[in-house]
Amino acid sequence: PPAHSHSDWIGPPDKHSNLRPVIFHVPPEESALERRLREARQEAQACNQRFWARHNRAFRQEKEEFIYSRLKAKGLEMRDETGQKATLNAEEMAEFYKDFLNKNFRKHMQYNRDWYKRNFTITFLMGQVALARALRWLRWKKKNVEH
Amino acid sequence: TGFLVWRLKGAGTRHSPSHFVHLCRAANDRLVTFQYFHFLKRMYVTQYNRDLSQRAKPKSDPVVSPFHELQQLDQEKRVVHKISPISPIHQPWPETSRRGELREVESPAETEASAPSPRAEPSEDRQWKEMKLRLDELPGILARLSKIKLTALVVSTASAGFAMAPVPFDLTCFLLASLGTGLASCAANSINQFFEVPFDSNMNRTKNRPLVRGQISPLLAVGFAASCAVPGIALLALGVNPLTGALGAFNIFLYTCCYTPMKRISIANTWVGAVVGAIPPVMGWTAATGSLDAGALLLGGILYSWQFPHFNALSWGLREDYSRGGYCMMSVTHPGLCRRVALRHCLALLGLSTVAPVLGITTWTFPVVSLPINLYISYLGFRFYRDADRSSSRRLFFCSLWHLPMLLLVMFTCKKPVLEKEDKSDLLGEGPGRAVGMRLP
Repeated sequence: PPAHSHSDWIGPPDKHSNLRPVIFHVPPEESALERRLREARQEAQACNQRFWARHNRAFRQEKEEFIYSRLKAKGLEMRDETGQKATLNAEEMAEFYKDFLNKNFRKHMQYNRDWYKRNFTITFLMGQVALARALRWLRWKKKNVEH
Repeated sequence: TGFLVWRLKGAGTRHSPSHFVHLCRAANDRLVTFQYFHFLKRMYVTQYNRDLSQRAKPKSDPVVSPFHELQQLDQEKRVVHKISPISPIHQPWPETSRRGELREVESPAETEASAPSPRAEPSEDRQWKEMKLRLDELPGILARLSKIKLTALVVSTASAGFAMAPVPFDLTCFLLASLGTGLASCAANSINQFFEVPFDSNMNRTKNRPLVRGQISPLLAVGFAASCAVPGIALLALGVNPLTGALGAFNIFLYTCCYTPMKRISIANTWVGAVVGAIPPVMGWTAATGSLDAGALLLGGILYSWQFPHFNALSWGLREDYSRGGYCMMSVTHPGLCRRVALRHCLALLGLSTVAPVLGITTWTFPVVSLPINLYISYLGFRFYRDADRSSSRRLFFCSLWHLPMLLLVMFTCKKPVLEKEDKSDLLGEGPGRAVGMRLP
């Protein structure tokens, strides 16, 4: 993002996590509250990125392994004569999806709790920052009117 | 520094961006009409055909909707895909050159020439955008945040409930109830999106939502939700009647605090979501009559039962996304149950249609005329149960899209005339007795 910009910038979705990274603008006169907010957002972003990148990678990997093992059991190769990647039909994949979901249930529960907490904290901090800024602006306005 | 690493590694999107197409709003006509449902079907079909992996299960405050926007895991039932025409890149060029320092390289793989459908906004999606709220974009953003099309459908089912109530039509009450329901639905949908940002990012269907794209801050989303919920519920409670207000508030709570988290905890979320979908027509009825009688429960029951063939069929094709996203849905964990429940509720619709005249809501023409469509959806439900494949699930799903509007329309045309006072009092006398003895699924 341009150096003179005063706002945050959001980018395209990450290849692994599908989340959009945000670059936070650090204003020179950042208050303690604003810094807390920014750090909370950065932390949440990093945490989310880590979780989803790892999770999606695991999904893709396990899916490949599953397909490979199934194809081998059927006596087929990963690629057929034309060089196309062989796939299993939806019903066979369904077994994998069910398995994967059940296996990762605990992980998701933990992540959900974490995410909800972070989300609420960040939004609450945003509210506080907005309020602080509004009060500051009102005070500035009052000062300008008086002069 | 962590961000730099991502930027260097992942330069582009994995999937092709969704297409946006501009559709005109059918917001004027609140009652279910043929034009309305054709519009819905056209919109949904175009959308579904484009990307089969996208679930069109719109999220609804009440989960009623002829459309299904399946977000995979969310039981979003209405699809509110807004498609806009291919717009020229309105990011200034200097920004692109500045991006060079971030080393964002658009790999040739990104320009998927083999992409099945034309990409509406390829470059826009891959650029870095300033996170500043633009006032001129705000209405569009809020519309998407509140899932305005889904909301419109929800309001139309509430209108159906209002229309079916055996009382003289009161326009002011009708408008207040519709507006209140609409606001409540907007609020619930916004909170839902607020909760689901990282999950939405990972699902094809939902990855272009405003919060996911950073077009609006979470604080604003919550603020908007609050500013819809408070006037909405107040309007219902004070302008219509307290019962409707209570139902509206309860539905918001059920959708945001029960259904949304439950999607990731247990398959029971589907049943909760079905209740969410069943409440708006009940609200319409209570808005008209001021009381919860058998007719309200029957209408709610019909909407409740309809949710199952609709959602279960849709979720059948989204199992991969659900599994990866961590959503607990019947189609993934209990596929047999999924199909059984869908069939069971198709048959329940038959039963409920027959009960309608018994309760004095409609004439006996209704079960007769609706028999063909109910039999057809039950047949498709049976095929889905037996075949358990993608084609049968799709057929069931598409059928559900036109089945509901048609059923409600037929119901309305077969409504028992209010003028027959003697008959009405007769039935009212028997009605409550019957209602007590009835157990709706």
